[in-house]
Amino acid sequence: MIYFDKVSKIYTDESIALQDVSFAVEPQEFVSIVGHSGAGKTTLLKLILAEDKPSSGKVFFGSTNIHNLRNNDVPEYRRRIGVVFQDFRLLSDKNVYENIAFSMEAAGRGDEEIESDVPHVLELVGLSKKIWNFPHELSGGEKQRVAIARAIVNQPDIIIADEPTGNLDPVNTYEIVQILKKINDLGTTVILTTHNKGVIDSLGRRVITMENGQVVRDDKEGRYII
Amino acid sequence: MLWTTTKRIIRSGFFNFSRNAFVSLSSVLVMVITLSMISSLIFVSAILNASLQEIKNKVDINVYFVTTADESDVVAVQETLRTLPEVAEVTYVSREDALEAFKKLHENDQLILQSLDELGDNPLGATLNIKAKNPSQYEGIALFLQSKQTAEGTSIISDVNYYRNKVTIDKLTNFIASAERLGSILTIILVILSVIITLNTIRLAIYVSREEIAIMRLVGASTFYIRGPFVVVGIIYGIVAGILTLIIFYPVTYWLGGVTSNFFIGMNIFDYYTQNFGQIFLVIMASGIVIGAISSYLAVRKYLSV
Repeated sequence: MIYFDKVSKIYTDESIALQDVSFAVEPQEFVSIVGHSGAGKTTLLKLILAEDKPSSGKVFFGSTNIHNLRNNDVPEYRRRIGVVFQDFRLLSDKNVYENIAFSMEAAGRGDEEIESDVPHVLELVGLSKKIWNFPHELSGGEKQRVAIARAIVNQPDIIIADEPTGNLDPVNTYEIVQILKKINDLGTTVILTTHNKGVIDSLGRRVITMENGQVVRDDKEGRYII
Repeated sequence: MLWTTTKRIIRSGFFNFSRNAFVSLSSVLVMVITLSMISSLIFVSAILNASLQEIKNKVDINVYFVTTADESDVVAVQETLRTLPEVAEVTYVSREDALEAFKKLHENDQLILQSLDELGDNPLGATLNIKAKNPSQYEGIALFLQSKQTAEGTSIISDVNYYRNKVTIDKLTNFIASAERLGSILTIILVILSVIITLNTIRLAIYVSREEIAIMRLVGASTFYIRGPFVVVGIIYGIVAGILTLIIFYPVTYWLGGVTSNFFIGMNIFDYYTQNFGQIFLVIMASGIVIGAISSYLAVRKYLSV
């Protein structure tokens, strides 16, 4: 589904973010990417999101080379990916319903579809009661659940979660990981980056370990080893 | 699909406008200044044009005849002049009328009246006053009269005052033309400055929304969908600023109307404003909408890269 073919990203001679990275992610896989800060995890995700171009090598999504997409096709492409960030990135002047509806509106969905899908997806993340609350009235874990709901509402092929538990306590971390697992069980590919040893060890799924912009380990049922 | 998108863009445009009330207020005020500049340009050029027109209308040629000229000969010249296509009007002022007018002009000056009496005879010749259809045709008429003067040997025409007036008229025309040019250049510079200020104010307004733009991009909103609401807000700024400008200019021109009608030759800018309201309305509204839309379009571009 996603295929990195000898990808390097070099900002300047001194700053090499990725070096000769190759790996493939199969459909419906749950892949965790671990590594120290500056190991190249975020750069990797940016390349998948077409926010950045590789210095050399190719990144494929299915059979399309992402970085051959024309600018006009990028928004269409991004609708196939749901993104979740450490800092949630919710719109503070919109309530929970509007934050999720906003993403569907941007994707050009009809009003009726929006009205029926938003409550449904909130139910999936267990936040039905807070549908009319504003982000500042929610806890960190609840905000992250809204962000996940927003990411999955357009039924993307893949969810990218960039340290989604970085700002959360252990209980909320556990719950967010459970939700991601549930989404994966429903058939969506998940790519997760994290620093959290406990998360990785409890998942028991594939782990790619990165160091200095290179893939140093790729284990089928990996553990957090750095 | 397109209709839904357009509807959403317009709705979120209005939402953004009312939500950022303070930013909207400052953008509108800056735009009112820009539009006032444009309105002033319209009024200044109207005043200058009216003055020029007025001065051109005052231009005429007087043909002075010698005192011995027969009235029939003078009338004959008048008739010939009437046949010329350039001539709009020829007025005959007889020797007696000229004397009357002269006496009236100097009725308080005993010395002049006394010397007139001492002369006994009427020293003034008959005059023909010629108005051309177009100021540029005076030259031709003057040449025609000159050729007549030389052709008939002992001429009954003593003087044609065109060449003396011409210098003054040309000077005035030049003065008005350069005043108009200077005024236009100044106003255009001011308009450009205020457009730049408007652009920056709107850019500031959009800076507030940069996070929202980033999120919209990530959820896969198209460039059109992201930019649309901002352009709508820009257009709303333009419309509101346009209406405010038109309202402000009503009392301003009313107040200035009296001043200008005394100062400039019979031109009241309040009357000009009310009579040409439709045209001014269109120019101001169109400028507001175009400036608002273009400023927003350019300002949001910065946040759309990547």
